[in-house]
Amino acid sequence: MLSVEGLRSRYGRIEVLHGIDIEIASGEIVCLLGANGAGKTTLLRCLSGVQPVAAGKITFRGENIVPLPAHRRLSRGLAQSPEGRQIFANLTVEENLRLGAWLYADDRVQRDMDDAFALFPVLKQKRALAAGGLSGGQQQMLAIARALMGRPTCLLLDEPSMGLAPIIVDQIFDVVRQMKALGLTVLLVEQNAFGALRIADRGYVLETGNVVLSGPAHELIESPRIREAYLGL
Amino acid sequence: MSDLLQFLLSGLTVGAVYALLALGFTIIFNASGVVNFAQGEFVMLGGMATAFGIAAGLPVPLAALLAILGTAALGVALNALAIAPARGAPVVSLIIITIGAAIFLQGAAGLLFDKQIHRYPGFSGEAALRILGATILPQSLWVIAGATLTFALLWLFFSRTLTGKAVLATANNPLAASLVGINTRAIMALSFGLSAAIGAVAGLLVTPITMTAYNTGVALALSGFAAAMLGGLGSPLGALVGGLLLGVLEALTAGYVSSQYKDAVSFILIILVLTFLPQGLLGRKSTDRV
Repeated sequence: MLSVEGLRSRYGRIEVLHGIDIEIASGEIVCLLGANGAGKTTLLRCLSGVQPVAAGKITFRGENIVPLPAHRRLSRGLAQSPEGRQIFANLTVEENLRLGAWLYADDRVQRDMDDAFALFPVLKQKRALAAGGLSGGQQQMLAIARALMGRPTCLLLDEPSMGLAPIIVDQIFDVVRQMKALGLTVLLVEQNAFGALRIADRGYVLETGNVVLSGPAHELIESPRIREAYLGL
Repeated sequence: MSDLLQFLLSGLTVGAVYALLALGFTIIFNASGVVNFAQGEFVMLGGMATAFGIAAGLPVPLAALLAILGTAALGVALNALAIAPARGAPVVSLIIITIGAAIFLQGAAGLLFDKQIHRYPGFSGEAALRILGATILPQSLWVIAGATLTFALLWLFFSRTLTGKAVLATANNPLAASLVGINTRAIMALSFGLSAAIGAVAGLLVTPITMTAYNTGVALALSGFAAAMLGGLGSPLGALVGGLLLGVLEALTAGYVSSQYKDAVSFILIILVLTFLPQGLLGRKSTDRV
C-alpha cells in the first residue's frame, strides 16, 4: 500500500532523515516509535507533502507521490491527523468536519459525519461550538474524525495520545483498532510505545533519522532494547 | 442640529469607503498575515478605469464591471508575481513588497492613464437631496448602499459557503488546510482578487464625489489602514465599525475644528490605537489551546 525507499529530508542544511525504508501493507496498523527528535513527525510530514523531500521515493498504491503537492495527496487516499491536532480553532466542530470532506460534495458527506459522531459522541454534543474551546482530548478526537472525513484508505496518525489523560488515550487507541476492523491502513506515530505496540501489527523504531529496529509488534514488545529504551522496564 | 446631521452624513459616506478599504486589508491580512499597502491603489484603479471606460463611451455599468474585473485580475497578479514567490520570507519583507507594488502601480497608472484629475457624473444625477435641513448627494447613497451590499455579500460568502469556510480555515491554520485537501495557494489568489475587487468597488462608487487621480492611493491606504487598526485588524465587523467611526471622526473634526486637521485624525488614531488598544475595538486576542 505504502512504501518508502531511501527517503531523505532536511531542514535548511541539516539533514534529519538519512535514508528511511518503510513498507506498509494494506489493512495493517504499523507504529513508528522513537524519542523526541528522532524524525518521526518529519517522516509523516514528508508523506503528507508538507515537508520537502531531498531524495528517495514514496510509493502509495503504485504511484510515486513525491511530486504531488499536499492538497492532492488526500484525493489519492492518504490522510493525516497532524501532531498537535491543528484543528481550525475559530470554526465550529461541524465546520471542521465538513472541511475534512472539502474534496467532496455528495450525499456521503452527511453519512460520514454521522459515522464520525457515532465514533465520538462527545463531538455531536459540541457540534455547534468553536473547536478552539474543546478540551485537548476532544480536539484530538476532532482531528482524527476530520481526517476520516477525507475518505482515506491510509491514515497517518501523529502522536494521538500526546498530553492526554490515560482514559482518553485508551478510548483513542480503541478507535484505531476499530479503523483496522473497517479495513483502514494506519501508520501510527507514538511516544507511548507500550500502548502503540499493543494495537499495532508491526513496528519501526527510529533513532536520529535512521530506522534502527523493525519487526512484528509482539517481538518488539519483548525486545530488550525496546523494553529498556522506550518502555522503561 | 442640521450642522451635526450634515457632518454625520458626509462622515458616513467617507466612512463607508474607509470600511471597504479596511475590509480589503482584513481579507488579505487573514489569508497571509500581510498588511497590503497596495490596497489604496486598487481603489484608485477602480475609479480611474471607470472614468476612462465612461470617457471611451462605454455604458456606466459595463465600465464599472470592467474596472472591477480588471482590478481583481491585477490583485491576483500582484499575489502571483510579488507575494507568492517570496513565500516564507518574513512578514515585514512582504509588507515592504506591497509598498513597492503600490509605488509601481501608482507610476504605471500615471503612465497608462494620465496625471489629470478625473471624475464622472453621479449614477443618479447631481441634484442634492435635502434631509432635515442637511443635504446629501444621491451618489453618497450609492456609496453607502454599495458598501452595505458588499459587506452583506461577503458575510454570506464566509458564513454560508464551503469555499468561504475554506478561506477562514486557511487563515486559521494553513498546514491543516492543506492536509484536508485545500489548495492554499488558490485560496491566497482568491483573497487577493477579492480584496482588489472590493477596493475597485469603493473607488468607482466614490469617484463622482471625491474625484480621483493616479496618486490618490497612498492617502487612501493610510486611512484604510487606520480604520482597520481601529476596528481590529483581521475582523470584518471591525473593518465596518472602524471605517465608519474614522469617517465620522474626520467629518466632525473638519466641521467643528478645522478641515486642515481632518487628515491628522487618521494618524493620531493610529498612534493612540497602537499605544493603548493594540487589538483594536473588535479584534480578538488569540486564545488557542495547546
